[in-house]
Amino acid sequence: MRRAVWGVALLAVIGLIDFVAPRLVNAYIMQIAVLCGINVILAVSLNLINGFTGQFSIGHAGFMAVGAYGAAMFSLSVGQGWVAVLGAAGVPPGIAHGIVLCVALVLGGLLAAVAGYLVGLPSLRLRGDYLAIVTLGFGEIIRVLILNIEAVGGARGLFGIPVWVSLFWVLTGAAGVVLLSRHLAHSTHGRALFAIRDDEVAAEALGVDTTRYKVLAFVLGSFFAGIAGGLFAHFLGYLNPSSFQFLKSIEVIAMVVLGGTGSISGAVIAAILLTVLPEVLRPVKDYRMVLYALMLIVLMITRPQGLMGSRELSWPRFGRRRTPKVAQ
Amino acid sequence: MSEFLQQLINGVTQGSVYALIALGYTMVYGILRLINFAHGDVYMLGAFFAYYSARWYGAAQDPNPMKALLVLVTAMAGCGLAGWIIERAAYRPVRKSSRLAALITAIGVSLLLENGGQIVFGADPKFFPQIIPLKNIPLGGGVTISNQQLIILAVSLGLMGLLRFIVLHTRTGKAMRAVSHSHTAAALMGISVDRIVSFTFVLGSMLAAAGGVLVALKDPKIEPYMGVLPGIKAFVAAVLGGIGNVPGAVLGGLVMGIAEVLVVGYVSPTLRDAIAFVLLIVILLVRPAGLLGKNVAEKV
Repeated sequence: MRRAVWGVALLAVIGLIDFVAPRLVNAYIMQIAVLCGINVILAVSLNLINGFTGQFSIGHAGFMAVGAYGAAMFSLSVGQGWVAVLGAAGVPPGIAHGIVLCVALVLGGLLAAVAGYLVGLPSLRLRGDYLAIVTLGFGEIIRVLILNIEAVGGARGLFGIPVWVSLFWVLTGAAGVVLLSRHLAHSTHGRALFAIRDDEVAAEALGVDTTRYKVLAFVLGSFFAGIAGGLFAHFLGYLNPSSFQFLKSIEVIAMVVLGGTGSISGAVIAAILLTVLPEVLRPVKDYRMVLYALMLIVLMITRPQGLMGSRELSWPRFGRRRTPKVAQ
Repeated sequence: MSEFLQQLINGVTQGSVYALIALGYTMVYGILRLINFAHGDVYMLGAFFAYYSARWYGAAQDPNPMKALLVLVTAMAGCGLAGWIIERAAYRPVRKSSRLAALITAIGVSLLLENGGQIVFGADPKFFPQIIPLKNIPLGGGVTISNQQLIILAVSLGLMGLLRFIVLHTRTGKAMRAVSHSHTAAALMGISVDRIVSFTFVLGSMLAAAGGVLVALKDPKIEPYMGVLPGIKAFVAAVLGGIGNVPGAVLGGLVMGIAEVLVVGYVSPTLRDAIAFVLLIVILLVRPAGLLGKNVAEKV
């Protein structure tokens, strides 16, 4: 019961932000806010794989692409029809869009989760950098496939995706993935993931089904990457394979590492920082990306453990411990 | 049949360039366990150093082999210096931190070189001068090999032989092998680990520079982002052969080059960039440590 109250309160706060924000700031800042939210989902979901479980994935953009194209194709082929049907049944358009958007997002997320399962399977055999390179390869294969499939627009990109996403949906998604990560970190399953990260052999010896948990991390992480992709598609209304290049995966990893591997609040802060930073640097034009790269290097040299280390914001139970310990 | 042989020649040429770049990846990985993402951009630097030095020496107006060699040596020296600076300024401070921190630093260096290159060299592509005029040499049966392809093969084979000699038959090479086994033990034996790491970066960067010059001979369009894809593919080649393994990198590079050319020739040119990764995944599923890599048993 208390949880339901909290959930409703959270949604109400997000709704309020969604209502007030556009009246206070201009469209440009709203767009950056939405992109921040999408990047938060990406960073926190990758944190489940890289930070919690210690599996090195550098193909997150691939999962995002699967979700984005899956959700967009659903909306284009059947989703718009559903909106018309719902509209005829007397459902207000805002709610009808919301319902169909939810279906599209979940569908995109599930598709990405299937992809994550397929990529997670080789992690049974591969370790460390070999796994990394397989995820990299997967991301590139997805991108090249999309480039070659005419039905999804190929190199031209996919046009005319209905624009249904507002700040509300993105914030809800971000809150969802953060809350899920937090609960996971405190659950038996989360402890199993941490155990695999800290010492896989020891975890196995203690009876943790390492294979199952590694695949679980992949499936969960890619599900949320898919959701982020769906939000991205329905926010811009246009998709292009070049949005999901290797550089995008790198960007997300940079967020996770910069925030402090394994720290949820760190991932959130770094995602916002790394989305806003290039925008703030816009006045210096050509030197923008050079400064961005320099800051990345200097930050890593001065704070190699990331901004937050493995600590979390304002959660005393987590405070200053590397991994959450069970009560003695 | 003759078409297949022709494709094979093209594939081996392409593959030997991948092998040159892959060697740099695999050496740095063997010694530092670091995926040096900036390596592909050092290859780009090599092509640009060669471009400017060719203009400086006037190699385009009066092409002769001595000038071409001079261009190659200048580019290699320039990149060797660049590799040394990169290691000293960016990688050494994070060497003791986590491997992920080092990886992000490498990504930062890569972005810095690409975007810095865009400012220094300009964003629009440049055309590499013909420092060696193209000549086709018929091999009979409709198969031809160009003098540029011959040069690519000869230079890469020569450099690989030189590398093999350095690694296996010199004191520094012995020290490199020792450091790749254990930094601590090597340091206890009186090896200066810092110097060996610097040396490895210089050596790897010089090989990448040679790769850049050789590719620029064949495809003269050079631009600051030209290193991204060959860099990733060379890294894949290194993993394919078993990362950290020097002969493995050469084998991986050749396999990649041949597979790529065959796919372009017989399947579809647009699938060119995907096939490398499909091949990689298939090989890693069968041999998780790469073609020549040893499967090290985990010690508890």
